[in-house]
This record gives sequence, C-alpha cells and structure tokens, in this order.
Amino acid sequence: MSGKPKLHYFNGRGRMEAIRWLLAAAGVEFEECFLETKDDLTKLQKDGSLMFQQVPMVEIDGMKMVQTRAILNYIAAKHNLYGKDLKERALIDMYVEALIDLYELLMTHAFQPADKKEQHFANIVDKTTNRYFPVYEKVLKDHGQDFLVGNRLSRADVHLLETLLMAEECKPDILAQFPLLQSFKARISNIPTIKKFLQPGSQRKPPLQEKDVPKLMKIFH
Amino acid sequence: MAGKPKLYYFDGRGKMESIRWLLAAAGVEFEEEFLETREQYEKLLQGGSLMFQQVPMVEIDGMKMVQTRAILNYIAAKHNLYGKDLKERALIDMYVGGTDDLMGFIMMFPFLPAEDKEKQRAFIVQKATSRYFPAYEKVLKDHGQDFLVGNNFSWADVHLLEAILMVEEKKSDVLSGFPHLQAFKARISSIPTIKKFLEPGSQRKPVPDDKYVETVRRVLRMYYDIKAN
Repeated sequence: MSGKPKLHYFNGRGRMEAIRWLLAAAGVEFEECFLETKDDLTKLQKDGSLMFQQVPMVEIDGMKMVQTRAILNYIAAKHNLYGKDLKERALIDMYVEALIDLYELLMTHAFQPADKKEQHFANIVDKTTNRYFPVYEKVLKDHGQDFLVGNRLSRADVHLLETLLMAEECKPDILAQFPLLQSFKARISNIPTIKKFLQPGSQRKPPLQEKDVPKLMKIFH
Repeated sequence: MAGKPKLYYFDGRGKMESIRWLLAAAGVEFEEEFLETREQYEKLLQGGSLMFQQVPMVEIDGMKMVQTRAILNYIAAKHNLYGKDLKERALIDMYVGGTDDLMGFIMMFPFLPAEDKEKQRAFIVQKATSRYFPAYEKVLKDHGQDFLVGNNFSWADVHLLEAILMVEEKKSDVLSGFPHLQAFKARISSIPTIKKFLEPGSQRKPVPDDKYVETVRRVLRMYYDIKAN
C-alpha cells in the first residue's frame, strides 16, 4: 500500500481536475484509478466507498473522501496553501468559490446542445471578462504583490491559474485586457511544481472532446 | 455602527438561509437589509459592495463577504463549529457538501414551472431517502453519538437539521425509515439557540412563495426558465 493519495474518477478533467492541480502544486505525488464503464462506478457504489454514491473520491490519509470542496479544503490546509488565519482564509474562499462558479460555466460548454452553444459561449466570454477577471486584476493591482492573498502562494493562485488557462482554451485572446493576469499567469506557471504539471506527460488532463461525451454519459447516467 | 453582522439578500430563504441558521445556532444576533427593488441592487453594485455582483453579501468583522460557502466557512470557524482539527473539518465538509447538494434541489423548486414541480418533489424525496438520509443515518448509528462529528455540536449538525426540515416540508413523513435521524432532529431542535430560531417571530424565513420568486426575478432581471433535475 503506497502512502500516496489515490484518485477515483474518469480519465478527464471534470470535478477532479482542481484536485489534481492542487496536489501537483503542493508537490504531492498521487495515483489514479479511472472509471471506464458504468460497472466501474457501480462497483464503487456497492462496496460502500462513496458516501453519496458519487465521484470524485480520493483515498487520502486513511479516509475515503468525497465532495470536491471537502477534498480541496483538506489538501489546501494540510499543505499550508489555505492562508495563515481566518481572514486570509475568508479571502481565499471568496476568490476560490467564484472561480468554481466560472469553472462550472467553462466545464459545461462541451455538453451544450448545438443550438445553445453559441449563446453559451457568449455568456462565458461576457461573465469572464466583465464579472470575474476584472476582480482578480484589481486585487493584484491594488496590493501589487505576486500572489492573490497574504503575499505568498495559496490555493487561490493555483485555482486562478487553472481557470485562466481554461478560459484561454475557450478564447485564446481572453486575457487581452488584463495585463496583471497575464504576468500572474507567467509567474505562477513558473513555480517548479506547477511548471512540471504543465509539461506533457504529467497527470494534467486535456479538455473534454465532443467525441468523449457519449462515453461519459454512459458511465454517469 | 453595530457590531452585528448585516445580511443583504431578498426577504426569503434562497442561499442566505443556511447563513441565518448558522449565525442563529452560534447565538449571534444579526441585522438584515432586504432587496425589494432593482434600484437597491444597482446601488449596491455601483457602491462596489458586491465583489462578483451577486448576493448573498454579509458585512462582518470589517469585511463585505460574498460567496455563500466562504461566509459559512468563516462563521463556522470563528464560532468553533468547524471541528477541532483537519480530520474533523474534512468530515464536516463532506457532510455539509451532501446536505448542500440536497438543499440545492429544493432551492430551485419555487422557480420551476408548475408542471415540473411534482416531478421535482418526487426527485427530491427520492434523493433524500435513497442517497442522503441513509448516509447520515449510518454515521449516527455507527458511532452512537449525539452529534455528527467529534462528539461535539458543529456546523454539520445545523446544516443537516435545516435540510431535514426542508425535505419534510415536501413530504412530512420522509423520516419514517430513519430512527436515528428522528432522534437527531428532536435533539438538535432542542438546543436553546436553535429552539429559539425555530419559534415564530425569529429571522427564519418561510417556504418561498410566488411573491418571493417575483421579487428575485425582478431585482436580478432573471427571467429565464429554470429546468428541473
């Protein structure tokens, strides 16, 4: 039995990707067990491994953790990426929760029916450039520091980088009006653990392809 | 300036209700400003009070906090309702995640077209009785303690009680297969701060009605359709 966390999910980003990012940023090696068929999911459900019969599930420190936020909170706190006190945690939580909202928008793009795709895309661009990115640009501008909270690396920086990159996959020039986010992106991408995760061959997953959607629907529906 | 937290939201449950529950359970008095008009909302926006242009927003300890989960985490930790260590927090977060998902199905209910409501009610009851309640029943059964985590009252207990009562509003006998949850409900409801919150005249909000839906839609200009699960 290895001491490494073990991730149970399908071989794709979904709700597990933020967890992969955070573990990687913290320099924690992890193993993955991919669900390929509905039977794989059923087996996990039947053996009592999934508290609410859902994945993500991460075996870590003797626990079978479920609920994405719970897992992320635990990893962040364990690895000192959750601020130094309640007030820093409050800021981190505010920034991260909004990124989760934005991530949901970005993530559901592949699942949109053809007649809704264009409108959904327009909504993504609108929310990203008018609601979310300006906030982070302002945070960085106001304090002039390298990191979002407390002048040191936290989970908020990791989640923001992940989201910036996903948004760019949607629209390559989406950071055009945000110079500080551009330099943030370059700076955080250069952190050794994160740089490693961004290289080919890492456990980072590619964007969901349309052709993979049917297989996913079979496992989860 | 009062030292009390001030809640900015509609005069109804929505995403703010769990925050009201937690503050009440912690014995914290709070004030509320209810959004009734679009103008009020725009004033908040223009004043830069809403970080992501959304409510809930809670003024607390010099911060204008937004994002429901961030607010709940802060209140829980500040008032020692978040466990004594990382592992207890992990359990609390898992349990709260489940009740949050369950209450999410109920939160959208008033916004559904009339013809979808019965189907959603059945969905809520099915998920409650086959997925969520069994999990919490087992937790209580396995350790035999009064509270979900660490033999101590925590946010998880508050959140679960709130969820139980909400599901019971949809089907009054929904706890019939869950003796431990029935005892849990009685026990937690008797905690003085919670008992007070459950009495008429408290800041607990009633089941949302059409007037509430109309107010939300008007203030947020949210006229699109919500789909059932």
